[in-house]
Amino acid sequence: MRVTLFVPCFIDSLYPNVGMSMVHILERLGHSVDFPEEQTCCGQPPFNSGYWEEARSVAVKQIEVFKNAEVVISGSGSCGAMFKVFYPELFHGHSAEAEAKALSAKTWEFSEFLVNKLGVTDLGARFEGRATFHDGCHGLRELGTKQAPRELLSHVKGLELVEMSEAETCCGFGGTFAVKYPQISTAMAEVKCNSICETKADYVISNDSSCLMQIGGWLNRNVGSVKCLHLAEVLASR
Amino acid sequence: MNQNRGDREAILGRVREALREEAPLKHPAERSAGGEPTTAHFREWLPPVGASIDERFALFAKLSESLRTELHLCADMAEVSAFIKKLAEEGNWKTIALHTGELISPLILELPPQLSPLLLQSGYDKDELEACDAGLTECDLLVAQTGSVCVTSKSAGGRVLSVLPPHHIVVARKSQLVTDLTEAYASLATKYRDAYPSMISFITGPSRTGDIERILVLGAHGPKRLTVLLLPS
Amino acid sequence: MSTIADLPRQQFQSDANRTANDAPRRAAVRRALSNYQTARDRTGATFTDWKSARASAATIKHEAVNHLDRYLEEFEQKFTARGGKVFWATDSKQARDYILNLAKEKGVRSIVKSKAMTGEEIHLNEALIKEGYAVVESDLGEYIQQLKGEPPYHFVFPCMHLRRDEISDLFHRELGTAKTDSPEELTMIARNVLRRAYVDADMGISGGNFIVADTGMISITENEGNARLTVGLPKIHVALIGIEKVVPCLADLALFLPMLATAGTGQHLTGYNSMYGGPRQPGEIDGPEEFHVVFLDNHRTRLLADPEQRDALHCIRCGACLNVCPIFKNIGGHTYGTTYQGPIGSVITPHFRGLEDWKHLSGASSLCGACTETCPVGIDIHHHLLHNRRNAAAQKPAAGEQLLWKAFSFLMKRPALYRLATKFAPLGGLLHPLVEGTAMDPVASWTATREFPAAPQGSFRERFRAHKAAKAELVKKGGVQ
Repeated sequence: MRVTLFVPCFIDSLYPNVGMSMVHILERLGHSVDFPEEQTCCGQPPFNSGYWEEARSVAVKQIEVFKNAEVVISGSGSCGAMFKVFYPELFHGHSAEAEAKALSAKTWEFSEFLVNKLGVTDLGARFEGRATFHDGCHGLRELGTKQAPRELLSHVKGLELVEMSEAETCCGFGGTFAVKYPQISTAMAEVKCNSICETKADYVISNDSSCLMQIGGWLNRNVGSVKCLHLAEVLASR
Repeated sequence: MNQNRGDREAILGRVREALREEAPLKHPAERSAGGEPTTAHFREWLPPVGASIDERFALFAKLSESLRTELHLCADMAEVSAFIKKLAEEGNWKTIALHTGELISPLILELPPQLSPLLLQSGYDKDELEACDAGLTECDLLVAQTGSVCVTSKSAGGRVLSVLPPHHIVVARKSQLVTDLTEAYASLATKYRDAYPSMISFITGPSRTGDIERILVLGAHGPKRLTVLLLPS
Repeated sequence: MSTIADLPRQQFQSDANRTANDAPRRAAVRRALSNYQTARDRTGATFTDWKSARASAATIKHEAVNHLDRYLEEFEQKFTARGGKVFWATDSKQARDYILNLAKEKGVRSIVKSKAMTGEEIHLNEALIKEGYAVVESDLGEYIQQLKGEPPYHFVFPCMHLRRDEISDLFHRELGTAKTDSPEELTMIARNVLRRAYVDADMGISGGNFIVADTGMISITENEGNARLTVGLPKIHVALIGIEKVVPCLADLALFLPMLATAGTGQHLTGYNSMYGGPRQPGEIDGPEEFHVVFLDNHRTRLLADPEQRDALHCIRCGACLNVCPIFKNIGGHTYGTTYQGPIGSVITPHFRGLEDWKHLSGASSLCGACTETCPVGIDIHHHLLHNRRNAAAQKPAAGEQLLWKAFSFLMKRPALYRLATKFAPLGGLLHPLVEGTAMDPVASWTATREFPAAPQGSFRERFRAHKAAKAELVKKGGVQ
């Protein structure tokens, strides 16, 4: 299958390894991976801030870029949810509504694509360590992604997965919220990270790099010993 | 008394104006053929009860236990009388408030001599009722699904008898046990038609609060204890 | 610069700063609510099909709210036929004045209240006390808050933020009772005070959870029995209810009562669910001689006029969205500065009290969606927070912020420019000069408490290009499968 990657702006510039891990995994499975270079950002930051006009002007570009894609795979639950759930809302009653819905229909979150579209759960990965999984809110509640990443991780040799008590609790990132209300955002990060630390895990894994930026940001400042990894990075390990 | 209805017309006008544009129904439920939401479906979704009278009773008993409702089966009126006598002695009761009724009237004659009855009739003294040790009432129904006792101002001696004294005793027959709230409302509708009593109350356990550190305390205001004495059908 | 319009936002930011740093209080609130979560999950699991029950509840509320005029009139007709009185109040003042006049006309001296958020909304107690009436809140939590002189912390659990020793000290100070660390003894202290209040009061005031149209009743849900006594003993009763609280049929409560209990407190059913159809009827032995229902608009019709957010009026005030909200858990109820706290409060307050002054509440959310997930009547709460943000930006864009997003979209619409820009600076630094040194500076805001990720060697697109080139090279050499 020809799969088209959607690598959102901050993964592109801050976490290139996440994108490359997805490329390796998909290529190993025999798929041809396409990355249209014209893609930039899904438009979520202005959308979440209330500037929908500005968000739409960015979003129509993305709709255009992915027009001919067969399936679009997102390595971020949040940006994937933007395509899948919020584009139809953003374009409700606008000229590009049909195209927005078409993009929504063919967009997949990475772990959902592997498990529920391709039917693959064992990627032959090996990764030594004790880890806990953070459910990013947009992946969990907008896309309903809960079991797929755990299914994939359960087949990683050497990995011990322990659930934390606050797995489904928001990490406090929330895009611009993290910098507009830093005191609340940081308190939320603290709750999340304390729950991570209680598991005595060496790693916290998520399918959302934006959450990991928040969690990692707090852990590196206050704890230091727990490492953040994107699901794709673990699944690509041999 | 004034017949002032306030801004009735203005508010209704604003409501009608506001409703000119329709709002989408985002989470539709199944509907009956007539297009109206139907109460018949509720049962399929709410906690299951079981079809037989035994299952119904078993659930009521189980919920009563977790609610700390004291449920006792009594073979006949003599046992009910004896049970009340025992409670009165244990609690050193001096007065018991009650109303007249098919199940209660015969009990009045059997009350122990040291326990004086306060019969609630029109225009009782609030202080006298407040000072009673217990309240004895009948009820309309018992609800298996929720472990509730349904009283009305008609069946249970007014609005307050079942909730002011510190110990509420209900005398009922097993045949009054219905499956769920849907059946309870249907039964009340049949019984009262357009002349509902001015109060219907589903009592689910004794008075309780969790307002302090979310720790359960019984008897926040009214009954610290709720006893249901159940006679055969 | 500080203007009147800035005040609620400033109060919010400064209270949030304080509460977010109060770790022990945050932990206590979280602990109380995690017990709630366990109870709620356990009870929810006993439903045969919670999702269908929820869709049904949403459908019924949709029907009620979208035909509100018809159902309110039906209620009024049934309720007045049995001797009840209905007063329609446009705003707080009209509702207060009606109740004050009634109390004056009837020679009322003391008033007992059972919990009513509408009472908080219109500041009824202050008005009554100012006119010389003795007013006692009878719900234990509300009573404690009244003694403490502060508003409810949570619209279902009014004093959930207080520890028992704080309540004991309060009672000791205000009532002269001996100190105790037993919640049971504390409850009994309040019980003894309040029993007198019911007997002595000449007027009872309550709210209402549901307005039942087809039988002309109001339904009140409570655990303590205080509302039963408030509606039962005094000779006049006033129920103050928002106009949106309608359900079409009495039988609908067979669904709503268990759902309200399950979502609100994790109980199968709340202790007392009582439906009142007017004053004492002929042949009945007690009950108020007069029963007034005050319908409160107070800008509910403004929310009703917004079809996109109209479903926010489906709310049954169970409090579930507060209980799961990570923002609420970390900043607490008072920080909101509103009658209705938490996610649903953040949605409706801008409609009730003005978007410009209250839009910050919609901004103060990570949009995690836990509220929407838990809502028993299917309100898209966090989507409405987004709608409020959009409406606020459209109504009065913040100059600096609009410029930022215009610059952002200018860049993101131009992939070549974006590539060029990200080649030289990581994304976070791109738009930074626009806001550097201002209150909006995201870098300063972030790095005050968190590390920023280390800049990687090259962007993904550069590495992907290299990867493709290497593969192409291999193919050319015939080295690939």
